Amino acid sequence: MLVVACIKQVPDTTQVQIDPVTNTLVREGIPFIVNPYDTHAVEAALRLKDEFGFRVAAISMGPPNAEATLRRALAWGVDQAILLSDRAFGGADTLATSRVLAAAIERLSAEEEVGVVICGKQTIDGDTAQVGPGIATRLDLEQLTLVDRVEAFDQKGRTIRVRRKLEGRHEIVEAPLPVLLTVVRELNRPRYPSVPMRLASQEAEVQVWDNKVLKLNVEEIGLKGSPTWVSRIFSPERDKGEIVGDGVNDPEGAADLLIQKMLEKDLLTV
Amino acid sequence: MTSHTTLFAPLLIASVAFFCFSLYRRLALVRLGQPEDRFDHPGRRLQEMLRYAFAQLRVVQRPFGLNHFVIFWSFMILALANAEFLVNGVIPQASLAALPEGVHHLLLLAFDFVSIFALVAVCFSLARRLFFKPDYLDSRYVKARSLEGFLILLFIALLMVAYFGMHGALLAMGEDPGAAPFMPVSRFTASLLAPFGNQLPGVAELFWWIHALVLCAFICLLPRSKHMHIITAIPNCYFGSLEQPNTQPRERFEKGETFGVGQVDGFTWKDLFDGFSCTECGRCQDACPANNTGKPLNPRQIVHAIKMNLMENADDLAAGKKPHLPLIGAEGEGTNTEDAIWSCTTCGACMEVCPVLIEQMPKIVKMRRHLVETEARFPEELLNLFENMEQRSNPWGIAPSERTKWHGPMDVQRFEAGQTEYLLYVGCAGSFDSRTKHVTVALATVLNAAGISWGILGKDEKCCGDSLRRLGNEYLFDKMAKENAALFTERGVKKVIVLCPHCLNTLKNDYRQYGLDLEVVHHSELIESLLEAGRIKLHDGAKELGKVAYHDPCYLGRHNKVYDAPRAVVAAATGKAPAEMERNRDNSFCCGAGGGRMWMEEHQGDRVNHHRVDETLKQSPDTVCVACPYCMTMFEDGLKDRGKPEVRVRDIAEIVAEGLRPKA
Ligand code: SF4
Ligand code: SF4
Repeated sequence: MLVVACIKQVPDTTQVQIDPVTNTLVREGIPFIVNPYDTHAVEAALRLKDEFGFRVAAISMGPPNAEATLRRALAWGVDQAILLSDRAFGGADTLATSRVLAAAIERLSAEEEVGVVICGKQTIDGDTAQVGPGIATRLDLEQLTLVDRVEAFDQKGRTIRVRRKLEGRHEIVEAPLPVLLTVVRELNRPRYPSVPMRLASQEAEVQVWDNKVLKLNVEEIGLKGSPTWVSRIFSPERDKGEIVGDGVNDPEGAADLLIQKMLEKDLLTV
Repeated sequence: MTSHTTLFAPLLIASVAFFCFSLYRRLALVRLGQPEDRFDHPGRRLQEMLRYAFAQLRVVQRPFGLNHFVIFWSFMILALANAEFLVNGVIPQASLAALPEGVHHLLLLAFDFVSIFALVAVCFSLARRLFFKPDYLDSRYVKARSLEGFLILLFIALLMVAYFGMHGALLAMGEDPGAAPFMPVSRFTASLLAPFGNQLPGVAELFWWIHALVLCAFICLLPRSKHMHIITAIPNCYFGSLEQPNTQPRERFEKGETFGVGQVDGFTWKDLFDGFSCTECGRCQDACPANNTGKPLNPRQIVHAIKMNLMENADDLAAGKKPHLPLIGAEGEGTNTEDAIWSCTTCGACMEVCPVLIEQMPKIVKMRRHLVETEARFPEELLNLFENMEQRSNPWGIAPSERTKWHGPMDVQRFEAGQTEYLLYVGCAGSFDSRTKHVTVALATVLNAAGISWGILGKDEKCCGDSLRRLGNEYLFDKMAKENAALFTERGVKKVIVLCPHCLNTLKNDYRQYGLDLEVVHHSELIESLLEAGRIKLHDGAKELGKVAYHDPCYLGRHNKVYDAPRAVVAAATGKAPAEMERNRDNSFCCGAGGGRMWMEEHQGDRVNHHRVDETLKQSPDTVCVACPYCMTMFEDGLKDRGKPEVRVRDIAEIVAEGLRPKA
């Protein structure tokens, strides 16, 4: 069985600034990183590999330099790395992106059964959380989103049971394979690549599939296949903050309130 | 006494053969280690050997060291007497008596005196082991009251007694009356033995055999005990590291190489030789902050475990098999635990006190390298650190664009080769840590007041990588060192000011391995020279700091030998020499944050900083002066924990900055 992890190279957004004149992201000199949520997706895939001996493939759509992201995945221990790269894929929104990724997964499944596809919950540059579900829809997979724990994986019965992290509650759900998971950071701690793995990853092959390989209708991919486009990017005017709680007279209450707010905003977990 | 030749010759030959065999067996193991060049600079090495092995500089720093000094030198001198004894026992014609009479008598006088000194010293040692045994003589697997220790002391004592017995008997028989005046102690035993009358030849014979048998037993035991150090300590001092102790060799990142040491033959021959040179004196464990605060690390145990592991696995290694006893694993003789390996603050205290120049800490770092690089296994707190370093070149993962925020509205120039003299390498703590940012501002103020031409790299500055190297992440360190070396070269940086001893050590010592020969000064050194040159005019603002105690940072003091400059600066600014803690200068006690421990939890035992803060509070200071951002954090936290927030912690630059203004 093959497990596919979908990953994306993103600019390190904490370092990205918005050009106030052109309203575009200033990307110059900004380092690229593996989308943090996707690192958990790869780890989840590798844990299935460790436990059940499945093969793991990492796929990524992006420009040629996104290869670095796939090398990182190879250093973590994925068996196969495929870069989906073609000018025709450029400028894609989430719909067009999910078409390309779905086509790649379909192509992989012609060789070996794909049992599980794992994506990060969202990317830190787009923040839409749509690509994972989009792939599931295109490939007609069961979709289990916001997974923060894999409760059980039944290889014989071909089912997976996971816990989903929702606002203020958890939900345990089970689905038959094949499935697509989108995962949150609480799911696991990504491993650290050893030096021998890093060195091996530099020599390993990163396959490049362009549209000659995937043969998608150019009207359905890239900018042309994207019904949404960004009209403006800007830093929001920040409203004056509101003062809540009373730190002077009730410091403990104020601290509780702060923790409560941080929990709500997902800045803290218990 | 020709009669014993026939009996003694085979005994001696057997003992010597056994000695050679045991010694060969052990030293052959050393050859299993990796190559390392310790044959360079013979002149400097000879000097080190004379200082540490022969003059026993470190041995005599302990009260009982003098005792050892006496035994060592008695041994050296009596080696001649014993050699004669052995040779004479086989070839009766060979004797020191063949020398000119004057020389021979002088030697006899020396032997007599030295023997009595040795006897007294051995009695002291026996008494100490029995009655006043300090804790540091014991470790988990080695007990000071071991049979072996007593046996050796007993042997030495017996040799001396037999020497006097034999010579006393001979004198009493009236042999060599000309020598009698030169052997006062033997003459005394002669007077005791005189009543034996015509049995004296038998008494002499008896003592002769005691001497002979003990000597043979000694020869046989030597290479199988910790007293092997008698043979190995002198060469070990010769082959000691001439490097800055904390600078480990680089690694080559190519396929097929091994990274770090996970198996005992991954150590260098010198690492293995260290194991056979350890005297089990316990000095290192007594100095170690980890050991002192109840962590599972004991540097002596590390050295011992490596030796035991080597001996246990010798057959496997010789057969080219995988060793059956793991070097790193569960608690047990011959194995180091991961907890022990991660407890080290790389403070260097162990290496500073070891009388035979053993390098404990680099061995720990080598094993860390194995864990991080080959196994990718380390305390989980470090994952964030490693990722932050790799992605954002600072330990906190703060955006590099914020590197210049520390100076606020202050006008700070960029470094321009040819126009600015010094690069102020601010470092990560100086750039991002809210407390240390004040130190950077204070330093900038002082530099401006002195009219120094300086500039910064701003957001192009990168982390020096100190923590990575000490934590064994040599792969990332290597990457960062190369980036920094390229950056410094490209910008034409020659002279650098740092405010962190870790940056100092890395830029000055580690980067040498990357072909970068910078003139790096710690701010305390620079400020001292500026004060001396009269370029800083001090008022008395710093006098308000009250009583100031100075804490030596390990990486400034022990690792870079800067002890006097900060003290001189404090004295100049406050008008008084700083108060000294009990353990100071090369004997200083770590704050607990070095070696990457800054970024790790301290789960086991007491906190290192609590111990240091308690020691500091004994001086009842109003202000603790530090010269390192890590020490700053550790002291501020420790003082809060100890309910003493009113004791201020100030960096040396802040003290000088306060001294720039008049008293309020
Ligand atoms: S370097 Fe310091 S902490 Fe590490 S073993 Fe030596 S004395 Fe202990
Ligand atoms: S390593 Fe050095 S200081 Fe430590 S016990 Fe051995 S000889 Fe003594």
